[in-house]
Parts: sequence; structure tokens; C-alpha cells
Amino acid sequence: MTEMVYGTIHVRDGEPVLPRWWRTIDKWTLSSILILFGIGILLGLAASPPLASKNGFQPFHYVERQALFGAIALSAMVLTSMMSPNLVRRLGVLGFLVAFGALILLPVLGTDFGKGATRWYSLGFAAVQPSEFLKPGFVIMAAWLLAASQEINGPPGKRVSFLLTLVIVGFLAAQPDFGQACLILFGWGVMYFVAGAPFTLLIIMAGLVALSGTIAYNSSDHFARRIDGFLSPDVDPTTQMGYATDAIREGGFFGVGVGEGQVKWWLPDAHTDFIIAVAAEEYGLILVLTIIALFSFITVRSLLRLMRERDPFIRLAGTGLVCMFGVQAFINMGVAVRLLPAKGMTLPFVSYGGSSLIAGGIAVGMLLAFTRTRPQGEIADHFNGRGR
Amino acid sequence: MTRTPLRPLARILEARQKGENPDAIERENIRLRHEEMRDKARVRAEGRLLVLGVFFFCAFFLVGLRMTHLSGSAVEEPNNAYLGPSITAQRADITDRNGRILATNLVTNSLYAQPPVMVDRVGAAKALAAIFPDLNEDRLIEKFTGERTFIWIKRKLSPEQMQAVHDIGEPGLLFGPREMRLYPNGSVAAHVLGGASFGREDVHAAEVIGTAGVEKTFDEYLRDPANNGAPLQLSLDLTIQAAAEQVLNGGMRLMKAKGAAAVLMDVHTGEIVSLVSLPDFDPNDRPRPLTEGVASDSPLFNRAVQGVYELGSTFKIFTAAQALDARLMNRETMIDIRGPLRWGRFRISDFHDYGAQLSVSDIIVRSSNIGTARIAQQIGPARQRAFLGSLGLLEPTPVEMVEASGGRPLLPPNWSELSAMTISYGHGLSTSPMHLAAAYASLLNGGTRVMPTLLLQDGPQHGERVVSTDTSAIVRDLLRQVVVRGTASFGEVPGYAVGGKTGTADKPRENGGGYYDDKVIATFASVFPANDPKYVLIVTLDEPEVHTLGEMRRTAGWTAVPVAAEIIRRVAPLLGLRPQIEPSPASGITLTSN
Repeated sequence: MTEMVYGTIHVRDGEPVLPRWWRTIDKWTLSSILILFGIGILLGLAASPPLASKNGFQPFHYVERQALFGAIALSAMVLTSMMSPNLVRRLGVLGFLVAFGALILLPVLGTDFGKGATRWYSLGFAAVQPSEFLKPGFVIMAAWLLAASQEINGPPGKRVSFLLTLVIVGFLAAQPDFGQACLILFGWGVMYFVAGAPFTLLIIMAGLVALSGTIAYNSSDHFARRIDGFLSPDVDPTTQMGYATDAIREGGFFGVGVGEGQVKWWLPDAHTDFIIAVAAEEYGLILVLTIIALFSFITVRSLLRLMRERDPFIRLAGTGLVCMFGVQAFINMGVAVRLLPAKGMTLPFVSYGGSSLIAGGIAVGMLLAFTRTRPQGEIADHFNGRGR
Repeated sequence: MTRTPLRPLARILEARQKGENPDAIERENIRLRHEEMRDKARVRAEGRLLVLGVFFFCAFFLVGLRMTHLSGSAVEEPNNAYLGPSITAQRADITDRNGRILATNLVTNSLYAQPPVMVDRVGAAKALAAIFPDLNEDRLIEKFTGERTFIWIKRKLSPEQMQAVHDIGEPGLLFGPREMRLYPNGSVAAHVLGGASFGREDVHAAEVIGTAGVEKTFDEYLRDPANNGAPLQLSLDLTIQAAAEQVLNGGMRLMKAKGAAAVLMDVHTGEIVSLVSLPDFDPNDRPRPLTEGVASDSPLFNRAVQGVYELGSTFKIFTAAQALDARLMNRETMIDIRGPLRWGRFRISDFHDYGAQLSVSDIIVRSSNIGTARIAQQIGPARQRAFLGSLGLLEPTPVEMVEASGGRPLLPPNWSELSAMTISYGHGLSTSPMHLAAAYASLLNGGTRVMPTLLLQDGPQHGERVVSTDTSAIVRDLLRQVVVRGTASFGEVPGYAVGGKTGTADKPRENGGGYYDDKVIATFASVFPANDPKYVLIVTLDEPEVHTLGEMRRTAGWTAVPVAAEIIRRVAPLLGLRPQIEPSPASGITLTSN
């Protein structure tokens, strides 16, 4: 009655956005990402002056751009991580549709910057690579479909998402951009795996990957050369791999010293694909192990947090995002140490590249949004006697 | 869409009977099954996520492990990017028989320019032109300001020049290390050594390859790293070579000859102790081959090995030796020498009229063409050819120089009886002085074939027998007689019992058709000491003439012989030979053979 007469003191139905964000966010992952970004700027200072001097810019031109893009990426990350999973899903699906459209229109409107592959839209001051933005959007879209298929009387999400994957992979391969195509395929595979792929299918999938690899090897010179270079027992010191290997050896445990490295002058992709070689040469094994540890920590920690997650969509989307993030880092560093054949793949948050950085920020923001601490129905389990 | 859920019919029927809404039961049923499914999926996903986590952890761990391993390993071939991997610039030295350096390497630098990194292109070009007078300033400026990004300027720099270039202070002028071939003795033994030049070349190293002489013959050996830098030891003696060159050069200028050659050879081992061809050159600065004219006019031409000449009367001893060895006659057999000797349209005559008859000895001592031709008639063309062949006079000498194959004897197209007669006194068959030295050595060392060689030997050669020991002894005596009382009387060197045979051959006209009557090749083929031959010395002068006793003399006795005698006087003590008093006739000639 009192309430009816006097009205209640207005009580917010939740705590304020920022404190709640701060309370629930995975602070360890967030700090790791920030450290990685800092390392990226540091290495950009080392790796990009040769490129800048080649293109006739100020020595730290690319560092400044990286810092600018970094600021955008970090803002996007924080903003995204504040969203609720539902909002992320809605925006993600919309973003996916936009990026997918952009990808389809690439052959018509894109430019290849003389690099032999049409991957970019030129905006004048910067170039946008839609495939980078497609990745997080695709993960959300596929996770949504896969999660929906787990509902009783749900849509046939597995089949639809697989078809979608094939279409995207086809478009990427046509650019050609086999690296991104593989990433997309891998992301879908991981999500499907977690969503409960039958084991027989997993084996068939592995066979298909091997088959497509063989076909790509036989039909694409570009691809075949890289594989051959990897399989030959000794490193030709005048190849990218040879320079990278030598750089890592030169660096030793403590590096040759800041700015003393040579590999950045020889390797055309020192600021992107082989940034880890620059790190190894100038700062030594210590920094490299730090970087590896950070990537490993982010990936494994996020996966472990997702294990507790009960919402299938959040679980699948989070898995896809973190696995793509992790595998990209793994491939990039694995190539530099010759664990894997040469494949151009940027190191998330460390390599130079606006699109990759901003898209990475969005992806990690989504991941942070998904791994935020939220009630998981443990109490209900407890009451129902189902808890463990 | 499949409606899979089985409806809990029992409960629905029961509810219907009670009049309750069965849909609620159905919804409840679906909710329960759904929850059960999600739980199952969650448990499965938990396991698979764990698998993924472990996979990623392992993958990153592997990368870290590999990084650690790579960082800990030594840098392989750290200079790979700087050194041409396949160019090795190590060439063994060449020494004489006593280990004195004939050819070695010197570290130097080459100079090149990279115009894109130059600060002051025009200034650099001007400064370079001031340092190197042979560089053209305008052309340098043109090159430096052009499109090219890399320009070789100098192959070899002296330290002073290098310092001067340093002092320009131009960052675009760079040095590449080089190993250059150095011949510290200059032109001494130039023809034997030949020369070397740069082969494949890059900024950081250059290949040194032999271009002529033993440098080319033994190029692979000299460059072979497996030899571990062991020098190539030649049979030459630097001191003797220098002395021989000096005397021969003096003789050549005195006699106004246009060229000269000398070969000093050990009759037992076949070692060439000295090999001179004049005019010569400095292998450190090897002249360019002639592009026009006669190759033999170039100082690069090796007269002793490449030059084939009709060596004239020096061949007479072969004829006599063969006749004696075949026992067609003995040294006292009298031969009819009335001349001129006619053979078809051809006339053979003597330089002097020696009367009606001469003994075989005197035919050699006096050098009678007619007498030798008569002897050759008795021998016949086939046997003569076989004998000269056994002395190695019909094919290139096997001496270890690339030029040796160029010294291919010129044979008559048809070895007729007339050819046999002219060849018997050294016309119609052209050989090099090296051929003559080897043939004389084979004849005089006791009668066994000896091959000329430029490599140090450790013992005498035991070739196939050419003439008997007795014949060899007689030949020695005949040659000695030529010096004692014959055409080579200027050849006497006190204490060294020089023997030898002169040869004066008219030079054939270059365009064919007969011989010059005022141009000769004067040769003296000598042996010392004649009582126990150790060395053969061939001296050849090309177009010598000397004005003596009121007339112009060209014969070998006036030209080649005194030069050879002077060489023997100089080198015999260096060879370790003691001057000997002439053995008294009573003691006879000591016959030695191997």
C-alpha cells in the first residue's frame, strides 16, 4: 500500500554499465590484449622505417598510422565488449551481411595495389580489406545458425552454415586469398566440432582438407612454390624463410639491440608477416616468448572460460572467435620458425595493417563480451540436483 | 521439419480424462527433453573445448620450443649474404726448383661505385680522375649521373690509391676485396708462367684463373682446395733463368735480332732448367694479344715452344747418328761431296767447297749439306722418318704448357727422297727449339728418349732406347769436335768441354715461294760437358746479323754460338758444374750411361 501511495524510491534494475563491465570483463585477457598492442607499436617502430623510407614517408609514418588505427581498434574493442551477447549477435549478423556484400563486389570495385590479388577497397587515405571484417561477422552468423539447429524443431543450421562457408571460401579463393579462406574454413570447423560433430564426419573433413590442399598444390604455382620451399631440407638464405631464420638466430636470447636489426631491410614483409623475426632479432628470445605466452594465455584462458558457458550460441561464437585469433597467431609464428609452410598471415594486434587491427579489435571485443562473467544457472543446477 | 518428440501419451490421455489441457504437459515434456539435450551438448562441448585448449597450448608451446632452439643455435654461414658462395679465391703459389716464389697472391681491393648512394657525383668523378690519370673525367661524370646503379671503376688498387680514394670521403665509392696474382720477378720466366686474370667476379670476391703457360695448364691443380695451398714446384731455376735471359737479351740486341729463344734442359731428367723467349712481357701487366698481323710478332708468343722453324744444320747430327747406329758406315767412312748435288730441278750445295770427299766426322764438323744428303740417301725416307719420330720431332712436345700443342712440327706433305735429303740438313721440317732440345738430350744422355718437363723430377727418366750407348758416345765426340775444330769454335768455354752443332737456316718467305737470302734463323744446339753430358742448351736467334772483320755475318757460328757460350759461362757454375781441365787423350772419354 505504501508503495502504491507514495511510490517507490527509484531503484535501478541493474548496476551502472561501466562498473558492471569492469566487474564482469575478463581483465586478464583484456590486459594481455593491451600488452600485445603495445608490443605491436614497439615493433612497428623497429620494423616499419625501411618501408617508410622506401615509400618516401617520414620514418615513423607507419607507426603513427598504426597508433591511429590502434586507437580506433581499442575503442571498437571496448565498445563491443560492453554489448550484451544478443546485441553482439544482431550487429554481428548485420556486419556479416555488409562485409559479405563487400566481398562479392570486390572483383568489380576493388583494387589490387599491384600485388596480384584483389583484396582491398581503396578509400584514398586508407585501404579496407573486407575479408578481415568478414571473419568476426561470419563467426557470429555461423554460431547463430549452429546454435539454432540445436533447438528442438530448430532450423537446419548446420547445413546452411556449411553452405555459407563454402560460398565464402569460394569467393576468397577467387581473389586469391587462400590464407583467409583456410581461416574461415577452420573457424567453421572448430565451431562445428564444439557443436558436436560426429567423429566419422571429422575424419572425412580431414580427408577433404588434404585433398583440397593437393589440388591447390597442383593447380596454383604460387601455392606450390611455397610448399616446395618448406619441404626442401635446407633453407636457401636468400628466401624470406632464410632471412627470418637467420634473424632469429642472430637475435639469440637477448637480441642484437634496439634498431640494430638487419632483417627488416631485407624482408619486404618484415612489418606484417615476419614481424616476429624482427622481434626476435632486435629484442631476442625474451620478447618472442612473451608474445607467444600472451597469445597462448589469451587463447587457452578464453577457451576455458567458454567451457563454463551454457548458452550454445555464446559458446560457439566465442570458440570460433578465439580459435581464429589463436590459429592466426600460430600460423604466423609457425611460418617464421619453419614449422609451417610460408603463408602470408598477419600476427593479430602486432602486425601492421589497419583493417586487420580494427577487425581484430572488433573480434576480440566480441570475445570479451562473450567471456564476461554472467550467471550460468549454477543455482538452478544446485536446486535440481544436476550440478556437479 | 520433423516432429521428433514422442508425446507422453499416457500422461496426455490421463489429463484428457481429467479434463486438463494436454498441451501444457506436452510443452513441459519438450522443455525437459530440451534441457536434457542441452546438458548433454554442454558436457560434450566442455570436453571438446578442453581438447581445443590443449591443442592450442601444445601448438604455442611447440612454437616457443622451436624459437628457443633456433635462438640457441649458431648462425649458419653468417656471411652468406655477403660472400659469393661459390667463388673461392685461393690459388696456390708457383715456385722454382729451389722453392723461390715465381707466382703468389696479394690481397688488394677493387673499386666500384654505387651512384644512388653518392653525395657528390660530379665531385667524386673529378677526384677519381685526379687520382687515376687513365680515367676520363667526362665519361665518369656521364656514368655516375646516368641510370646505372653499379659501376666497376678499377680492378686492382694499390694501398696508396685506395687511401686516396678513401680521402675523397664519398660513401658511394666502395671497395671489394680481391686476391690478385703477383709475379714478383716481373718478366723473368714470363712465358713459362703465362698469366692469370679474374674469372667470375662479384663485389666480395673474384676468381683468379690462369690465362696462359703453366698457370693455365695447372689451373685446376692450383685452384684445388684439396691441395691445401701446397705450391706448384717447377723445374726452373730462378737464378739461371735470370742469367740466361740477361745474356740472351744482350746477345739479341748486339746481333740486332728481332727475337731469340733459349732452352736449357737436363739430359737425364728432362727438366727444363731455363726457358727464355724474347721479346718478353711482364705477366703482372700482360699485354693484349695482337688483333692483327702475325701472332709471332707479339711478345706473348713463345718462340721456344710455339715457334716452329727450320733449324738447319743442327739436324745433321741426327742423320749421322742414325747412319752410325744402323752401322751403315762408321765415322771414318769417306763420303763423296762433290757438288752441287742435283735432284730433279733441285740443287744442293755447300756454303764452302770442302773438296771431293769428307769423312762422316768431317761432314759434321764442317757442316756439309751435300755429304749429309748423301748419307740420307743411304738411310732412305721411311727409316729417317721413323728415327726422327722416335726422337719426338714429328709431334708437339709434351711439355706442360698450353702453348706446347701450338708447336706442332711442319712436315713435308710427301716424305719423298728429296724431302729426306733436305731434312737431313734441317730444311723442309720445322720444329721448335724445345723439340731440338729434347731430341739432343735423348741422343746424348746415352741414347734413351727423354721428355721435356717443367715440373721438378726426382730422378732420371728411363725412356725407350733411341740409339746405342756407343753411338751416343760417338755423337758426343762429334759435337765436341765441331767446337774444337769446326764451325762453332766460338763456343769454347774453358773447363766445360762444350760440344754442339750450329745451324743457319734461311728464313722462308712469308708469302711462300723460296727463301730470303738475307734473313736467317741461327741456332746453336750445344751440350756440356761433352765428356759427360749433363745439360743441353739450345740458342736460337731470329734474323741476327753482326758486322765483323769487314763483312756482314749471319751464320750461327758468328751469332748464336758466342751467345750460347756466354750463357754457358754464366750458368754452368750456377748449375753446380766444376770447370774441368780437358781430359788428356790418353785417359779417353769416360763413357757413362744410365
